[in-house]
This record gives sequence, C-alpha cells and structure tokens, in this order.
Amino acid sequence: MDNKVSSACETCSHYNAKGLKKLGLNTDNIDFVVALAGNPNTGKSTVFNALTGLRQHTGNWPGKTVIRAEGAFEYNDQKFKLVDLPGTYSLLSTSQDEEVARNFILFGKPDVTVIVVDASRLERNLNLVLQILEITDKAVLCLNLMDEAKRNNVSIDERTLARDLGIPVVPTSARFNEGIPDLIQTINEVATGKIICKPHRIKNVPKNIENAIKTLTNEIEEQYPSIPNSRWIAFRLLEGDTHIIDALKTGELVQS
Amino acid sequence: MSKHSIENIIALSSDLRWKIGDDFHDELAEGIYADASEIAGAAVSTDTQKKRFRLDAKIDKIVTSRTWGFPIMFLILGVILWLTIIGANYPSSMLAQLLLDTIHPILKGFATNIGMPWWLDGFLIDGVYLAVAWVIAVMLPPMAIFFPMFTLLEDFGYLPRVAFNLDYLFKKSGAHGKQALTMSMGFGCNAAGVVATRIIDSPRERLIAIITNNFSLCNGRWPTQILIATIFIGAVVPASFSSIASLSAVIGIAILGIFFMFFTSWALTKTVLKGEVSTFNLELPPYRPPRFWKTIYTSLIDRTLIVLWRAILFAAPAGAVIWLISNIYIGNESIATWTIHSLDGFGFLLGMNGVILLAYIVAIPANEIVIPTILMLTVMTTGIPGGEGAGVMFELDSVTATGDILRAGGWTLLTAVNLMLFSLLHNPCSTTIYTIYKETKSVKWTTVASILPVIMGFVITFLVAQIWRLVF
Repeated sequence: MDNKVSSACETCSHYNAKGLKKLGLNTDNIDFVVALAGNPNTGKSTVFNALTGLRQHTGNWPGKTVIRAEGAFEYNDQKFKLVDLPGTYSLLSTSQDEEVARNFILFGKPDVTVIVVDASRLERNLNLVLQILEITDKAVLCLNLMDEAKRNNVSIDERTLARDLGIPVVPTSARFNEGIPDLIQTINEVATGKIICKPHRIKNVPKNIENAIKTLTNEIEEQYPSIPNSRWIAFRLLEGDTHIIDALKTGELVQS
Repeated sequence: MSKHSIENIIALSSDLRWKIGDDFHDELAEGIYADASEIAGAAVSTDTQKKRFRLDAKIDKIVTSRTWGFPIMFLILGVILWLTIIGANYPSSMLAQLLLDTIHPILKGFATNIGMPWWLDGFLIDGVYLAVAWVIAVMLPPMAIFFPMFTLLEDFGYLPRVAFNLDYLFKKSGAHGKQALTMSMGFGCNAAGVVATRIIDSPRERLIAIITNNFSLCNGRWPTQILIATIFIGAVVPASFSSIASLSAVIGIAILGIFFMFFTSWALTKTVLKGEVSTFNLELPPYRPPRFWKTIYTSLIDRTLIVLWRAILFAAPAGAVIWLISNIYIGNESIATWTIHSLDGFGFLLGMNGVILLAYIVAIPANEIVIPTILMLTVMTTGIPGGEGAGVMFELDSVTATGDILRAGGWTLLTAVNLMLFSLLHNPCSTTIYTIYKETKSVKWTTVASILPVIMGFVITFLVAQIWRLVF
C-alpha cells in the first residue's frame, strides 16, 4: 500500500480542500448567489473572509459593515458569489443599513441565505432568523462563535434546532476556521437542491391575524403564481409598508 | 401583469388591515418572540455557572465607571501615542537614510549619466520621487505601529465602551451617541470615519457626525503634530521632561479636537440642524481576546498599506507641483516666492507665515506632505544652507537640523503652537471632501464641512496670536 495520506482529515468525506477555491473579488460567471445575513457583531465578515479569502475588515463592534461587500469562492467546479450584508436586528424597521440587508434578501433573490447567529445569544438572534425564514426557502443557519458559547457553558442541540427551524444548522468558530468546510458543503447542498428546506413559519399569532394573512396570501398567489415569498409580502402589506406597495406596482417583486 | 390585479391586492390588504386593527405590528412581533423563545428553549441548555459573563461585567464596571472611565480612556490613548512616537523614530530615520540619502543621489547620478535634461531630472527626481520617498519615510513607521494597536483595541471590543462613556456628552451636545464610534474611526482616517456614519439612522445627526469628523486628528496629521511638538514644545522644558512635554502637547491637541467636535455639534444643533436627540440601543459586545498575529497582519495589509498607497498617489503630483512653482519664474520671482510674499501679511496676523499657508494650499490633496513642503519653502525663501536647491523636498535626518532651519526662517514657539492648532483646524483633505460629497450628495453640506474648520482655524490662530503678542 502506497497511499500517501498526510493527515487523517484527507480520508474524511467532508474533506474537500481540493474542491474549494477562494476566488477573492472575481465574481464573473457565477452559478449561485449566497447572502450572509445576521445580527450585528455575530461574525458575518469573519465568515465572509474565511470563505472568500478576502480580508474585509472586521472589528468587535456592532455596525462594522455598512455597505454590502461581495466576493466569490468556487466549490466542486461551481462558482458562488458571496454577499456580506450589514448586520440587522430585524427586517421590520427601516434604517438605512437595515434596508440594505432587507432589500437584498427580498429583491436580490439569493440562491442561499446563510444566517449567521451568535451561539451564546441564540434566543435573541432567532428573532431575525424567523423573519428571514418567512422570506426565503433556502437558508442555512451558521451557529457561529461556538468557542464563546463553550466558554460561557452554553450548549446547543443542533439537531433539535435544525428540526424546529426546518433548515440545516452548522456550528462554526469562524475566527479559528472551525466548521467552515462543513458550512461550504451545506451551502453547496442547499444551492444544488440536495437538501430541501422546510422553513419554520411564525406560529404564535392570533387567529384573526392568521386568517387575514391567509386570505391575502391566497390572493397574492392567485395573481402571481410564481411569487416565492407571498406570505411575507402579506405581512408587509398588512403593516402598510409603502416600499412593498411601490415594489408591487413597479413589478420588482415578481420578476424572476 | 395587470394594474387591476395589483390594485385589488392593495385594496384587499387595506380592508383587512382595517379589520384586524392597530395591533398587527405588536402581535406579529410578540408572535416572533414567542416562537423564538420556544425554539431556543428546546435547543439551548446553559450551565448555571456563568463565569465568563461575570468577568465581562467586571471589566465593564471599571472601564465604563464614572470615576475611571475617562482616565482609562486617556491613559490608553496616551500609551498608544507614546509607543507610536517612541517606536516610529528609529525606523523613520533608517528609511530616510535609505530613500533620501542613499537612493536619491544614485538616481541623480544615473540621470546625469544618461544625460537627462535638468528640468526633467528635477521634475521627476527632486519633485515626484522625493515627495513619495518622504511620505513613506515619515508615514509608514507611525502607521505600522498606530493602526495595529488601534485594531487590536477594536477587536478586543473597547470602542463600544468609549461610545458608552461619551454618550452623555454627545446627548448634551445634541448629537448621536454612535458618533463616538465614527469619531474614533476618524482618528485613523477621516474619510473612513465619514463612511462609518452610516450606522447613524437619523439624517440630522448623521450630518452632524459627518461635518465634525474632521476634528478627529487623522493619521496624516499625527506626524506633523508629533514633529513640531518635539522640536518646539520639547525644547522649552529641561531635556529630561521633553518627551513627556511633547507627548502632552500632542494629546492636548487631540483633546482640543474632541472639544471642538462637541462644541461644533452643539452649535449646529442650536442653529441650522435643530432637532430631537434620537435614542438608540448600544450593544456592549463581549470582550474577545484578539487573534494577535492575524490582526497585526490584516491591519498592516488593509489599513496601513492602503492609506500609504493613497498618500503616495497624492504626494507624487504634489511633489511635481512644488518643484514647478519654485522653478517657474514670473519676472524675478518664482511663483512660490511671489505667493509666499503676498500671503506673509495674512500669515503674520494668524501668528504663522506665508510659507505655512502656501504649504497648506499645496497639501490639500494629502495632509502628510505639509512638513516637507514647509521645510523646502523655508529654505528657498530664507536662502539658508541645508536644502538641495529650488523645489527639492528633503527630510533632514535629525530633528535638531529641522528645528535649526525653521528657527532660521523666523519661527518661534508661537509659530509652532499655531501651526499645531491650524493643523487640527483646517479643511479636510480632498479624499475626505469627496467622500463627504458622496455620502451627503449635497454641495451645500460638503462646502460647509470643508469651509467651517478653516474659518475656525483662522479665528483661533488669530486670537492666540494677538493674545500671545500682548502677553509676551
């Protein structure tokens, strides 16, 4: 036997270092668009850097990224464009940096949305996760800052979380590059349709509101059968969001 | 798609909205929180001993306390500046020796050998090359020390604590507390600080943050402050105290800048930018031990080299301009001499001179080249030996030699103090002005942000000069 194996990792099915090519800023001929969303200061830019090989500046304060940054990586001969969005606590408010994220997830129609959360503050972070899952079907939860969670004695049952949210969950410590190969693999599987998500829909709303949402959602789907996020549009219309009304009028929401 | 169907949907939605009442937003938000709590409850388990949280809280209790918050802030600023001043000296003089004393003569010799015409040789080697070399020698070492230290502090999580400490003062002056963050970014580079103001939601408060960012001494101005303080302020006290004295002078100027920032914010909110202070939540992130070498590496690559490159891009043409205005004659005087003489009267009123004012005009693209321009113009107009001829930017390897030239040019302690003040209070560099325009999309506010500090600079230096001359 003459098989040269320099480390045990190479025999693992997840090991695919050859398959990964960090493309930096080269975003030509892209097969898939991946958005990075999440609360401020959860390490989105660090994940972005780990995937693209770029050195988008990171810093330990909320609001570091104010404009969206783009980069690319190649995995198994497929090119992924990665868009690092400014951190937001919610998609329901309308400040300038939050709007960048909101508009991109809604109008940019990313193939996969990676939601980066702080593992030691999961409950607070889930607020945004649940809102994003109303908009998109293809998402991956990146459970980042696992090192800090461990230090804080917080442990998370990833399988339960994945089942409840209906999307794959990948624990990472992006600062130390831990979990990044798994994340890439999962992004790839969601993008290519190997993993089908069944995202959680917000449940704890009063009956009358749920009925109103259903009525409106049905109406929207009847008019635009191809629309991907009718339920969220219904939410926004019921809230009286003028941006969404305008977007409907201009047809921005329904272009494929 | 038909207009009709869209109208239908909108009509239906307002009908339904009316039926479910005003509580929709709150009910939805509550629903989301309830779901989040259920899901997190099922997946997360926490050990009850929360040791780390308590350590974070303990550190915060000290660094954001009323008594210790400010002293610790100034102490950290002081230590960083001290390390920058002390540490930059040695590599700076090595670089100067290499680029100016060794490579420059070689280039000159080469130019003579291939028979390059004197004007091309002067323009390229004495103008463009020397400007670039000077900027590298003077800027690279302090930046390579200052930026990584600043980045380490940022990665550790100290900046939001600074914002927390200063929040009260910002509220008092009618500005947004997050302006503390953009102000801190401005200490590195004002253009970066202006871009960072996007974290401020309210347009009024954001405008205040943009206009006042220039009061943060930027990286291009630190070396000027440090050099002048070392030569003139350090000289008035006994030698053993000179480095402490010059350090305090530089910190004093930086604090004065923060004072002017508060003052201008306050003045703006009382006059043209009236409005309510908006409240906001500031998350104090956990302290994270920085990954030392990685941070050093990325801050060197990202910040230091990018800023240095920009300085070089601006220094090269500026060097050419300096050489040209010193070598193109109208009648008996070069353009530079003529301008200096006409600015001298005004300069005297401000406790400075025509040389400094002309240097600031030439250095609008990049603040970094103010000092070499001043030196070169001083040598040229006073005719003292030490320079290398008309239009040649040079750096003297010793601080004493620089001081001798400036004193021969008629400089006093007043000139030095006012130059330091004017370096703090003058128009932003061209990159920052352009960034302000891009961010505000308003010629009016760009003009205000550019002119306001110069006017303040004129007023302050004028007052200082008059009072100084009365007293001494």
